[in-house]
Amino acid sequence: MTDATPEQIGAAADARLERLRAGLKRRHARETRFKLYGRLAIGAAVVFLVILLARIVEQGHTAFYTHTVTVPVYLDPARVDRAYPQGTNFEQLAAEQQLARWGIQDDEVGSKAAQMRRLFSSELKFVAADLVAKRSDVIGETVPIAAPLSDDADLYLKGEISKETPEDQRRLSNQQIDWLERMQREGVVGSHFNTALFTNGDSTQPELAGVLGAVVGSALMLLVTALIAIPLGVGAAVWLEEFAPKNRWTDIIEVNINNLAAVPSIVYGLLGLALFINWMHLPRASPIVGGLVLALMALPTLIIATRSSLKAVPPSIREAALAMGASRTQTVFSHVLPLAMPGVMTGAIISMAHALGETAPLLLIGMVSFVPGVPHAIDEPVGALPSLIYIWENASERAFHERTAAAIMVLLAFMIVMNAAAIILRRRFERRW
Amino acid sequence: MIWIYLLVIFALGAGAYVGGRELARRRAVGARPHSRPGQHGAYALIWVAVPALVVVILSGVFSGPLERQLIAVDTPDSVTALEPFRRQAFFADAQRVGHGQPALQIWERPLAEQLPIEARRMVSIERTLQWGSGLAALLAAILGGLFVSTQIRPKTRARNRVEGWIWGALFVCSVVAILTTVGIIASLAFDSFRFFEKVPVFDFLFGTKWSPQIAIRADQVGSSGAFGAVPLFAGTFLIMIIAMCVAAPIGLMSAIYLSEYAGRNTRSVIKPVLEILAGVPTVVYGFFAALTVGPALRVFFNEIGLFLMGGPLDGLGQYLALVQNQMALTAGAVMGIMLIPFVSSLSDDILNAVPQSLRDGSFAMGATKSETVKRVLLPAALPGIAGALLLAVSRAIGETMIVTMAAGLAANLTLNPLDTVTTVTVQIVTLLTGDQEFNSAKTLSAFGLGLTLFLVTLLLNIIAQRIVQTYREQYD
Repeated sequence: MTDATPEQIGAAADARLERLRAGLKRRHARETRFKLYGRLAIGAAVVFLVILLARIVEQGHTAFYTHTVTVPVYLDPARVDRAYPQGTNFEQLAAEQQLARWGIQDDEVGSKAAQMRRLFSSELKFVAADLVAKRSDVIGETVPIAAPLSDDADLYLKGEISKETPEDQRRLSNQQIDWLERMQREGVVGSHFNTALFTNGDSTQPELAGVLGAVVGSALMLLVTALIAIPLGVGAAVWLEEFAPKNRWTDIIEVNINNLAAVPSIVYGLLGLALFINWMHLPRASPIVGGLVLALMALPTLIIATRSSLKAVPPSIREAALAMGASRTQTVFSHVLPLAMPGVMTGAIISMAHALGETAPLLLIGMVSFVPGVPHAIDEPVGALPSLIYIWENASERAFHERTAAAIMVLLAFMIVMNAAAIILRRRFERRW
Repeated sequence: MIWIYLLVIFALGAGAYVGGRELARRRAVGARPHSRPGQHGAYALIWVAVPALVVVILSGVFSGPLERQLIAVDTPDSVTALEPFRRQAFFADAQRVGHGQPALQIWERPLAEQLPIEARRMVSIERTLQWGSGLAALLAAILGGLFVSTQIRPKTRARNRVEGWIWGALFVCSVVAILTTVGIIASLAFDSFRFFEKVPVFDFLFGTKWSPQIAIRADQVGSSGAFGAVPLFAGTFLIMIIAMCVAAPIGLMSAIYLSEYAGRNTRSVIKPVLEILAGVPTVVYGFFAALTVGPALRVFFNEIGLFLMGGPLDGLGQYLALVQNQMALTAGAVMGIMLIPFVSSLSDDILNAVPQSLRDGSFAMGATKSETVKRVLLPAALPGIAGALLLAVSRAIGETMIVTMAAGLAANLTLNPLDTVTTVTVQIVTLLTGDQEFNSAKTLSAFGLGLTLFLVTLLLNIIAQRIVQTYREQYD
């Protein structure tokens, strides 16, 4: 047996301390790194959101203003058809006269006038025809006609079409660009807020296309959804939470609802197509079918949200009501449900907002086709806001890209309003027990 | 028309409520009634409104087929002789003419004369059916009213009976959830069954060639179409894996940071950001993928490709220089971004469910926070997190809009993230949004894909929920 000298013990302890210190340093470095990973993850999520929103604003903000051209048009009695003003080619008239005013000689096939005409929107014709139909005495006079520029001309003025691109790769020729700039110099082209975007239905011409038809279609659809899903969902939740006997069947219903909440939305589209359209022969692409499909889709989440707010009402409320001689139905409908109402409404609004943005099922029930105008009935084909975004995104005209982003902004605005309403409701009326 | 019915039924119901209440008051004189007059009124309302509503709903469901039957009885031979779709068009036009709208088509001689006659006949059948159902509803309401007026007596337990009806109505509401499942399975299974009559299940599940184009003429090249879904499954799997590679680490790390490190202030800023990210509709993510991420990634890889070309990695450079917007990576990455808040909020819940005592024990032993997270919390929460990730996988598989807008249509059997692939959901949308003919294998194959998708996601959900449930119970 050899005794360790104090020096040896001291050296061993020092070495141990040294090792511990080094280890501690490593451990702290690891800690810092780990924390950094967490920060990076959160930073990534925030950056993605910022890029997403910034890109949409960047692409879409130009859609909120547009350019109008005001040209004097001599309504030549020889060419304007009094009986049927819509039949007159007013764009051609305006284009020829514009060239004549500048003293530009056209060739015999009229190719210059044709190029000039393509700077005007076809809306010019309808504006002029309307004027002629209203006041036939303007025929033979020169009147100023204001109409949107064509989508390509509008894009050029917004800087989306560059002069630097080779002429054969852009939609406007050098000549057209010269004329456009000349018109701008002469002050006949004005830019203003794009009201058409909010007052028109869909159109094949980007400069005339608007979101109103889709907004109304979405609203009708959401109305149907709310009328079906909210009573059914609240009823089911009340039964499951307050009345249902605890047995195997109610367990099955519960598991079933949880699973339905996670079924992909496109499956609901298939259900709608097979059940409501092919079997029940409800009209394709109508708000009634869309509303039914979205209602079935929203039902499980609505039931889950309602149940959790019913659960939050303390049992003492029920016991007090029952002790006063109220029946179970009276307890639920006069005491528990009113107290749970803020939570129920919050859940309902959030699930409606979710239904508003849902797209995939709508595509399957036929909401991919072009629907012009503004709908007014629940059994006629309509467009919906999300499906309009899908349709416009697929459109070949470049001017639809900025409008797609603008439609997305409109959709997001509606969703923000709905979610904000839900948050305010929760803040104001939620009770903590 | 339906609104008038509903309005009338509403008015009748209101009348029944008031009448029942008054009747109960009058009959209660001198007796000690079991229920209050208002409860008798509610009972009367139920017996008047419910039978009428049932009649209206039944007639709404059955009047369409009945109308078709009635019209078919007396159809003239010249119309019966038409091909089915022409006949349908003819009746559609007859209906338009009957309602004073112009016909959509120009019909030839014998049919042109039949059109107004048929139009009048159709309108009269429609009218008869409408009046019939209206009268039947009214009759039902009257019979119900007569029955209930005999029931309003002081001894009647009107309150209990009304409560019985309410119980029944609430029960029916919750049965709708079951019916939805039954409806999904029935409609998917029915059309899938018809599809599998044309294409064997084995060929569908294990075939490696997907080309659903059925030729219009029988003698056209490739007229048979191929329905091997393996390339679609591979494509779905590839995009799902890419998405999870983005979502799992970012979502999990942000959940860990939020639940273990972040202070109250950070949480109150970051949580709403994640909620906004979760609330953005998928069509918006699709737009973002198609017009921002896709082009950006393409330019990135093309630049690398141009840099490498001519060097020792010339082949790779050539390949990268030709990469397209619609590569699997685009859809996968954006889908991953979409799933971040989903993974994060589920994992956050699960981490919060781990008892504080485990953390305290670990800290007391001198462990740092990250050591506690890695050695104590994560092992304890592992089943829950696995469940959360499975739910995210199920979401990724069923996600439609991002892949429809940003992934391609070419059914390549590849696991290369820079190639274009297609997914089950993309094919469902493509097959059912173009021109579709009924009963063709092409249209029906969408239902076969839908059934597969439904079953796979259902299985994933059931497993995930089991895992999460068992995990929760462990710490309760």
